[in-house]
Amino acid sequence: MTYTSDKPPLPETTEQLRARIPGWGADLDPKDRPSVPKLRWQEDRTGAHWDFPERQPERWPRERSIEHAFLTPVFGTSCPPRGVSGALRRFSYRRFSEGRAAHWLLLLAADRVDAWENHLRSFATARPDNPITETGVLSEFSRHGFSSRFGKKRADAGHHLLDPVIVAGPWVLAGGLAYSGVRAALRRRRR
Amino acid sequence: MRAMVYRGPYKVRVEEKDMPPIEHPNDAIVRVTLGAICGSDLHLYHGMMPDTRVGMTFGHEFIGVVEEVGSGVANLSRGDRVMVPFNIFCGTCWFCARSLYSNCHNVNPNATAVGGIYGYSHTCGGYDGGQSEFVRVPFADVGPTIIPEWMDDEDAVLLTDALPTGYFGAQLGDIVEGDVVVVFGAGPVGLFAAKSAWLMGAGRVVVIDHLEYRLEKARTFAHAETYNFTEYDDIVVHMKKITDHLGADVAIDAVGAEADGNLTQHITAAKLKLQGGSPVALNWAIDSVRKGGTVSVMGAYGPMFSAVKFGDALNKGLTLRMNQCPVKRQWPRLFEHIRNGYLKPSEIITHRIPLEHIAEGYHIFSAKLDGCIKPLVVPNAG
Repeated sequence: MTYTSDKPPLPETTEQLRARIPGWGADLDPKDRPSVPKLRWQEDRTGAHWDFPERQPERWPRERSIEHAFLTPVFGTSCPPRGVSGALRRFSYRRFSEGRAAHWLLLLAADRVDAWENHLRSFATARPDNPITETGVLSEFSRHGFSSRFGKKRADAGHHLLDPVIVAGPWVLAGGLAYSGVRAALRRRRR
Repeated sequence: MRAMVYRGPYKVRVEEKDMPPIEHPNDAIVRVTLGAICGSDLHLYHGMMPDTRVGMTFGHEFIGVVEEVGSGVANLSRGDRVMVPFNIFCGTCWFCARSLYSNCHNVNPNATAVGGIYGYSHTCGGYDGGQSEFVRVPFADVGPTIIPEWMDDEDAVLLTDALPTGYFGAQLGDIVEGDVVVVFGAGPVGLFAAKSAWLMGAGRVVVIDHLEYRLEKARTFAHAETYNFTEYDDIVVHMKKITDHLGADVAIDAVGAEADGNLTQHITAAKLKLQGGSPVALNWAIDSVRKGGTVSVMGAYGPMFSAVKFGDALNKGLTLRMNQCPVKRQWPRLFEHIRNGYLKPSEIITHRIPLEHIAEGYHIFSAKLDGCIKPLVVPNAG
């Protein structure tokens, strides 16, 4: 009982648990747990045969956190920054530490700009972005979209309605703006 | 080669990409034979993780065959069948030397607060991931391990993140014999955390979720007692009631940034991106655990601030423990548990998605359609 010093009783005894659960108590002794203690010196260095790794060539100026002393010896080379989003990213890394909200908010803003830069760029290619195939939304019909949601007491069913707005909304808005722009230009030309 | 690429929030597709080159003498190129979509990939997919660039290939859970090795690689050869931990790590920095591989300081120039992770944004180092035919594996002498002959591919791929993370989450709970452990979230990590809690001697394991099919899996796979939080006015009060008003000894957050259960938290975090994550499950964990108890956080959160109830954590004298799992550290013991039949990770797999259908795979997993718990990604599925 909580309001006295006794621990509340458990529904099953140790013997019952051992009989019901395969492996119950196999790691009862903390010495058998691989992450105890938290800091454990690794004598074999997990296969590494260097004190400090050889440096990977820097093929373009690689953005880095100003909390680092230098560019780390190894780094990812996916998607170098470019365009307006790249400028925003470079500025964010150059100006703000990881401790500043501005750093992360600028990077998030750059992500949105990056998406639109790439959507627009894709229209000049043989494979323009297609929100129907790229969202996989057609699987709603082949993978029980209705029966997976309704009558299931799911806490997320309400805000699922927001997802199409988030995905399609900017496309509809951009389409509308493009249509208005073209119409206004044609009108001006006719005058 | 064929690879999944991110095209903006909620949009992915498969494209032809250049083969990854050897960038460093200790790199290897691995031909991916099996990958997976992780729940944390959905945070990228939904545009929540800062510096997620269009064109990046996601995927930090994969196994494969070594295709090519750099001039400095000594421990692997072409043709080796390898499992690759989701952490990229050097083996010799201050953190790696002390077994904190997930906190390696030599692999992520973009941030000091997180190590390197395959296919997990530039915030985690800007490495392409394994939802593709080929992937660059840095520090090939350190991270990958040859898959034992006796191990199934589907068990091996779940050893690259989901199982070690759940097992690690239970360890961070510092469980002692007879502890009451509550796990928030019945996804892959939550199921493995619940199962692991028994190995550490828990006396009672409770799993909370809102998806009935996942709770059913928690009962059958993890032998857990389950509650659907949508059936209770206040799940924290219910947790107190079922523990004689003491609270659980240990609570594990296995949900992370997109937790449901509080619409304001969910919308501000997952939809408006104004928080690093929706800390609903974390706050429930803080409030459900007893005073002096331990909260272990395995759910992934972004680097921005989140509205976490630190006052309650302080006043209750809680121990909060968390980290990205240092995967390779868990492997020897997990291999033993699998061999002994205590764990069979592949039992949670529900879908095997051909790489070419990756957009459908993401949507099914994200919208929780079709009873999806764990989708694998199969390159060259024919």
